Amino acid sequence: MKGKVVKHDGGGLQRRHLLFGGAAAGLGAVAAIGLQVVNGAEKAPVQPAADVQHGSAKVPFYGARQAGIGTAPQAHGAFVALELHPETTRERVRSLLKLLSDDAARLTQGKAALADTEAELAVHPARLTVTFGFGPRLLQSVAPQQAPGWLKPLPDFSIDQLVPEFSGGDLLLQICSDDPVTVAHAKRMLLKDSRSFAAVKWVQSGFRRAHGTEASGTTMRNLFGQVDGTSNAVPGGEPYEKVVWGDGRIPSWTENGTSLVIRRIRMDLDTWDELDRSGREESVGRKLGNGAPLTGVQEHDEPDFKALNPHGFPVIADFSHMRRSRPDDETQRIFRRAYNYDGAPSAGSVSESGLIFACYQADVDKQFVPIQQRLDELDLLNTWTTPIGSAVFAIPPGCQPGGFIGDGLFTGS
Amino acid sequence: MSKKIIFPLLPVLVAASLTLSACATAETQGTPSPISQDASSSPGASALVMGEPWVKASKDGMTGAFGILSNTTNHDITVVGATSPAASTVELHETVSGSDGTMQMRAKDGGFVIPANGEFLLEPGASHIMLMGLRSPLTAGDDITFELHTSDGGHLAFTAPAKDFSGANENYEGSHSTDDGHGAMDPSAAASHPASPTQSK
Repeated sequence: MKGKVVKHDGGGLQRRHLLFGGAAAGLGAVAAIGLQVVNGAEKAPVQPAADVQHGSAKVPFYGARQAGIGTAPQAHGAFVALELHPETTRERVRSLLKLLSDDAARLTQGKAALADTEAELAVHPARLTVTFGFGPRLLQSVAPQQAPGWLKPLPDFSIDQLVPEFSGGDLLLQICSDDPVTVAHAKRMLLKDSRSFAAVKWVQSGFRRAHGTEASGTTMRNLFGQVDGTSNAVPGGEPYEKVVWGDGRIPSWTENGTSLVIRRIRMDLDTWDELDRSGREESVGRKLGNGAPLTGVQEHDEPDFKALNPHGFPVIADFSHMRRSRPDDETQRIFRRAYNYDGAPSAGSVSESGLIFACYQADVDKQFVPIQQRLDELDLLNTWTTPIGSAVFAIPPGCQPGGFIGDGLFTGS
Repeated sequence: MSKKIIFPLLPVLVAASLTLSACATAETQGTPSPISQDASSSPGASALVMGEPWVKASKDGMTGAFGILSNTTNHDITVVGATSPAASTVELHETVSGSDGTMQMRAKDGGFVIPANGEFLLEPGASHIMLMGLRSPLTAGDDITFELHTSDGGHLAFTAPAKDFSGANENYEGSHSTDDGHGAMDPSAAASHPASPTQSK
């Protein structure tokens, strides 16, 4: 009888009645859930079903630009840097990129890769994206005349304590999905197809809130508890276009290409614990509750750097992270797409946590470096954070069916 | 049935660019299909199509080719032979349980019968196309061309990328006997690749 009700077309009124009167009518939870799923297009307001599945959600692989940049950040991300074998020639790099592009094209659409020994793990892409980045050596090998000037290690910063196991790399694979099993399988498949050409240099796995925990578009929180990334431009808008893909003033290195900076920022939660709430808010210049600037109420309120407290000091301190990172020069903007990490603590410690800071911008030297230089000179947050890894990659355009990521670099030769 | 012309169907990887393998000297032709689409689903598909083809990379000796053969006609099609410029001998193999209980590969008598409107899977540990006497190493990413021959005189050309693969290490029936030169009968030797240090063996 319940099944009849659920499948009855045009019975909206009846269904709504049942839905809202469900508890009173004595309908069981199972029936209620089934009703919601079956009536996915139902106009009536319904409680979000607890078991709506999102594993089949797909992000297109082919396109003018690579996916995984403007894509709303997935819950899980793995950044994998490969180091090309010394004997890997330009032609072999082409073969590698063809293989990996084919794998990514299939896996992102929920299909097993060729020679996929765990084909069953490929069926739930959950918005899987694979984004390719080229390090200095790869681009020098393939198209040296096109290598942008900024494609090199970042300048030395005094705050850095970089370790090689989280720095550099010739080929980057940014693998993101709302499902961690999908990330693991895609990573495994891509690395299996890389092993004749390159070795793993480093892997950084990170996470955000699980899919569905918060409304899509909610600014992430880092493991300090801070709302992190409020000032990010919104994909699709003009500021985002300029920041990531360039414009006349700051062009990108190639059309529909951009750059990626990955910094592994260790966050010392143990000393952060010593700071009280007001001190934590002062270090950044934002409120912990909703990320609003200390001079504002809502998260996206513009900060008022001129506002003074009763003692005549700036409400948002000059040494705060927000003040120091916020450029007066409007062109010094970056697009952040970070992930938290939470590793096993070393002996005597209880945490080994931090941020896989990943940001996209058209030109590393013109946009990212000036910001980092200011933070290097002065930023109260440096007291509790230490960059321990650093890498820069050129992001090539996307590709079309039949092509592969980076194919434009092989033309005319 | 006997007059059926079988057109080649190429995976997109092939059409994308130049053929890389020194082995793959044969020119191929055909219309590329979307990379992730099963070939049999494309409109106007030929009678017999090879989807998802790939070859296990191998330094020397022998190796296998795999994929999905789809028959779009209303009658069975029998594949009776195969050739490839990459190997001196190409055979159609099946994997069966040997007298000692282990899985063994052997030539398939009568070839592969692809049922009408059906599929025939070529996969590790099962039926596959066997390459013996490799003329040069098959390295991951190389594109290898093949031609299948059917009992009605048709042929199907396709190209398959070589991929590193640790499996497909079945024994060969009669592998202790002498053979015609492709003597690397230890499958593990054929499996490993000099430039793949992470591969076991």
